[in-house]
Amino acid sequence: MLEHIPVLLILAPLLAAFLVTGLAWIQSAYCLPLALAGLLGSLLASIAALHQVMAQGALSYEMASWPPPVGIELRIDLFNSLVLVVVSAVSLINLVASWEFIKREFEDRKETFLALYLLFVTGLLGVTATADLFNLYVLLEITSLSAYALIAMGPSSRAPLASLHYVYLGVIGASFYLLGVGYLYIMTGSLNMGDIASLLPAIWSSQTVLVGFVFCLVGVWIKMAFFPMHIWLPNAYTYASMTASRVLAPLMTKVMVYVMIRLMLTVFGAQYIFRVLDLGPVIVWLAVLAIVAGAVMALVQRNLVKMLCYIIVSEIGYMVGGAWMGNQAGMTGSILHLINDALMTFAVFLAAGNFAFKLGELRLENLRDLFARMPLSSAGFVLAGMSIVGIPPTCGFFSKWYLISGGLQAGQHAYVAALLLSSLINAILFMRVVEYAYFGEVRTGHGHHGGHAHGGEMDEAPVAMVACLLLVVASLVLVGLYSESIVSGMIQPFLVRSFV
Amino acid sequence: MEQLLQEIVAKYNYWLYIILMMIGLYAIISKNNLIKKLVGMNIFQTAIILFFISISYKEQATIPIIRNAHGPGHVSPEAIQATAYMNPLPHVLMLTAIVVSVATFGVALAIAVKVYGEYETLEEDEIRTRIREKIK
Repeated sequence: MLEHIPVLLILAPLLAAFLVTGLAWIQSAYCLPLALAGLLGSLLASIAALHQVMAQGALSYEMASWPPPVGIELRIDLFNSLVLVVVSAVSLINLVASWEFIKREFEDRKETFLALYLLFVTGLLGVTATADLFNLYVLLEITSLSAYALIAMGPSSRAPLASLHYVYLGVIGASFYLLGVGYLYIMTGSLNMGDIASLLPAIWSSQTVLVGFVFCLVGVWIKMAFFPMHIWLPNAYTYASMTASRVLAPLMTKVMVYVMIRLMLTVFGAQYIFRVLDLGPVIVWLAVLAIVAGAVMALVQRNLVKMLCYIIVSEIGYMVGGAWMGNQAGMTGSILHLINDALMTFAVFLAAGNFAFKLGELRLENLRDLFARMPLSSAGFVLAGMSIVGIPPTCGFFSKWYLISGGLQAGQHAYVAALLLSSLINAILFMRVVEYAYFGEVRTGHGHHGGHAHGGEMDEAPVAMVACLLLVVASLVLVGLYSESIVSGMIQPFLVRSFV
Repeated sequence: MEQLLQEIVAKYNYWLYIILMMIGLYAIISKNNLIKKLVGMNIFQTAIILFFISISYKEQATIPIIRNAHGPGHVSPEAIQATAYMNPLPHVLMLTAIVVSVATFGVALAIAVKVYGEYETLEEDEIRTRIREKIK
């Protein structure tokens, strides 16, 4: 049983998705417990995998007992075991937190939503665990297809169009990735990541390998919404149901950053990426653009969710820049920020979801007097915002610290400046929300005072929603406090072979 | 010039896939109708499928089914010559990719139906004006 853990953590939600689809016709009351059981199963399996990886090094699983270069391999090492735990924990907590919301929003279609949700999580876990490039493509498309459908189910009338625009760009991204895999296959005759890594050094100078790498990279960039390719993201996540974007926003883009780092370090190797190619400085400049553009565009938004979406665009810039810095500190920061940003974005979207549950559309003006009505959710939002800005006890500070020190070591001062600038802009963005929510009376721009009861009675979101938010916010502080042991126990041992 | 032509003719499969891919990309970018965009997207995916199929093709090679391989002592000597057979792996990969592209097309068409239900048109500029009217 124990040796099957890597595949079990993917199969649990997949099986649950099929059973939920079937059960919806017979006994829909069992659907939620079943979905929760599937997600809990994958959470437990990924914690067990993390435990095993810590104890005895990377786990390798041969699908159907076909040995690696021919068969599909699942490989869990220090890096992706961490990502797996985050993905499965976030998806489980979100389902617990959002169930009331899902019931209200989807009514008779909630089983469909659950099945798609489970398939989405299956895809993400598969993308993270697999060690086969083509398998990664297929799982990526499973993830994306369920994401398109989840977004199109949204309550807003603009959701289907936003989803369709995401389809166009998502397909282009995945196709570019597939094309890159094809080029690598021509040169190496293999699809297994480890096998390709051992065959590549002999043909580093080949143009085909370079083109293959660039195609893979562009494909992954489109999927992760790296700045000029980000246009699908804000509309898709804003018009989707809040319950869906709560899991899409923290996980989808972060898992794609994981794929980029996996390609860079495991498949091509730091030696090729930073010594042979020397693309680093150019891409760090692109990241600088992404950071600044994301922050500035966030500044002009009047819708809270859209503002958060542009903050994601800017955070993607942090991670891409850190990864391409070419030194260990930058890469450490990038990986740590991947984990932290998944949690921070999740916390901030959970809080926004709680607001949306009570308020409906989240225009900034609607947030007046929010603190009096929803004190716990507002407090959670402020803490999550502090983490995104990067204020010390929370985890956002520590990853930004590594990113900045990586930037200084590499002499990329523009990147450091952009990071600091966007942190300041984030501070302004969150202060503006706080101003509306806590001091709603101060600004009297519009005459909409009759809408809500003033100085009103408390009207907090359901217990499960608030409890989950507080749990995640507490984890932000905990991950912050333990970030030193995460770095020295997991990230640095993983990076030590790459940067010598 | 002569050399360039030879280059093109020798690697015509790559040129074809690039041309097809660009047709698809052009349609996605410039067409106004959402369904035409979807067709462009499908052409784009098909181009990549054709690319994969063509890279495993070899002159004077056959499908990788070994004749007389079954039964005792009947393996013909050419059975072990890899050059005599085409590489089946890219073809198998593309079976999966075709499934993916069909599924994507299906989901996208379903979403396009929802868009049509919302705006009663599939022309993107008209949809934009509808959205703007609604906001006002």
